[in-house]
Amino acid sequence: MGEEVKRVKRIKAEGKVVMDYSILTKFIYEKDSHTIDFYREKSSGYKALSKVLTMNPETIIDEVKKSNLRGRGGAGFPTGIKWSLRSKDNRPKYLVCNGDEGEPGTFKDRLLLSRLPHNLIEGMIIAAYALSTHIGYVYLRGEFAKEYRVLEAAIKEAYAARFLGKDILGSSFSFDLYLYRGAGAYICGEETGLLNSLEGKSGRPRIKPPYPAQFGVFGMPTCVNNVETFAVVPWIIREGAEAFANIGTEKSGGSRLFSVSGHITHPGVYELPLTVTLRELIDKCGGVRDGKKLKAVIPGGASSAILTHQEIDVAMDFDSLVKAGTMAGSGAVIVLDETVCIVEAASIILKFFEHESCGQCSQCREGSHWLARIFHRIERGEGTTSDLNLIPEICSNMAGQTICAFADAVTGPALSAIKKFKKEFEEHVFLKGCPFKINNGPNPNGEKELSNVF
Amino acid sequence: MELSEQIKNMIYEMKEQFLSDEALLIPLLRAIQEEKGYISFNTMKDAALFLNLPLKRVREVATFYTMFNKTPVGKVHLQICSNISCWLRGADHLVHCAEKRLGIKLGETTFDKHFTLSSVECLAACGTAPVMQVNSSELTIHEEYYEELTESKLIELIDKWAKKLNELNELKQREK
Repeated sequence: MGEEVKRVKRIKAEGKVVMDYSILTKFIYEKDSHTIDFYREKSSGYKALSKVLTMNPETIIDEVKKSNLRGRGGAGFPTGIKWSLRSKDNRPKYLVCNGDEGEPGTFKDRLLLSRLPHNLIEGMIIAAYALSTHIGYVYLRGEFAKEYRVLEAAIKEAYAARFLGKDILGSSFSFDLYLYRGAGAYICGEETGLLNSLEGKSGRPRIKPPYPAQFGVFGMPTCVNNVETFAVVPWIIREGAEAFANIGTEKSGGSRLFSVSGHITHPGVYELPLTVTLRELIDKCGGVRDGKKLKAVIPGGASSAILTHQEIDVAMDFDSLVKAGTMAGSGAVIVLDETVCIVEAASIILKFFEHESCGQCSQCREGSHWLARIFHRIERGEGTTSDLNLIPEICSNMAGQTICAFADAVTGPALSAIKKFKKEFEEHVFLKGCPFKINNGPNPNGEKELSNVF
Repeated sequence: MELSEQIKNMIYEMKEQFLSDEALLIPLLRAIQEEKGYISFNTMKDAALFLNLPLKRVREVATFYTMFNKTPVGKVHLQICSNISCWLRGADHLVHCAEKRLGIKLGETTFDKHFTLSSVECLAACGTAPVMQVNSSELTIHEEYYEELTESKLIELIDKWAKKLNELNELKQREK
């Protein structure tokens, strides 16, 4: 952890990190921000919880609805509405935090888990009270070892302070929180895939309906939210729903954590209001690295459609990005400069999707495989003109045809790449090679066989 | 081969967390891998017996998740992220350097069984790309991230671990 803090301090000293709003990131880089003492003293931690325990669960859900908070995991579903869909029967109910952060380009949850675990824990306890749930799980992706240790210690602290366990703070409400570690599968970030994984099965998504709100983990009503979503809940309760809604746009409230990576001067996590445009965001991060020109941006993680450098005057809220033909996803902005070959970049992304398809729907299993192969062979100069027509055809057989949204996610980058950068694809076919490598000498990995890559 | 008492106790303790014992399968497989470095077919049988599950279920789960090694890996397992953000910042070149230094290709293990080199998908550390995750029970490195890697940093790390492993080997031989 020391390394990370030092790095951030360095950037901070240079005055490059911009935080227009600091709902989450105000104290994130302070020393000991992960401890309960710091959280209680400096950021009025667990005050929202004591306030909530005297409130009616319905009022809490209304408050979250009023805040216009939308799920920060990727789909952007209104959190208040998700909570109000809760089942009202007597079956045991579960609360699950989706900490299987795996969308390429996203690293905000990892930062939250390691620096602000108590925000998450308090948010989960509040949600549990609102949904009358007594058991919660935090599903962490398997690779997060350090984050696991931090969270484990934080949960112990919260138990010791009587914020977790039986009769929380003298009320009659009890809540137990357990940690569960995955074992490496992107698809477990999909909520029903995650629930299957939590039951000890392969993380293959389930057919919906029934939705998790009625039939979730172990067949019981379950509510699944992202780490960031839970982490902002205490602030909403403390400062009021209106204050939160005022920061954002009409339909989505609050600020958002953007993970900015790629060819950018200062990569990192930035907390900005949703009204910020992509151009402003890139400027705030110091612009494109080494004074190069911007070529394209992937605005919402690898599964969102690529935007060209002419399309970046778009606001970063969920609706504006959908209007621009892409999506906000997990808030992962990947910047590509002029030296990048789009065919190769798309090929890397598709290789990832081919690797991570769970394989239960034929359209996705076969489609992602063939897309990856076709992109790879175009990049190597073995593509034909008919390949260029084959790509949209394969995509049209995938999107909307499968159990989960994974197939749609595959077609996002594939289709946008060939639509917006068609000239580059044609160049590859006619030159029988990658123009970027022909100009710059041979790439050491250019000859790598497909089997080695996977 | 039987499951160790330590693993069994850990799993017994976790039982109350879940409505169904099936949910203990992934924690169990994780514990086995942490202890043995990989999950052999025989240990899958033990796991199936222990949790009263069909062997097929255990095999399905063990093969579904990429973090489970089904074959032995080297004492130090280097996993370099090859996804988009790391690739944009030169992960390709790092893989090439590691291949050269270790004298193996991606996905292979060195002859002395000291190093395995793999490429993995996004490790959620794109802001500090390129990233490598390292696992080595021998050197007590548990899923540690090495961020903002450069060629020299990578070579330095590899050499450091190679030296340490050689020292450990010598110690072991002397004890014999």
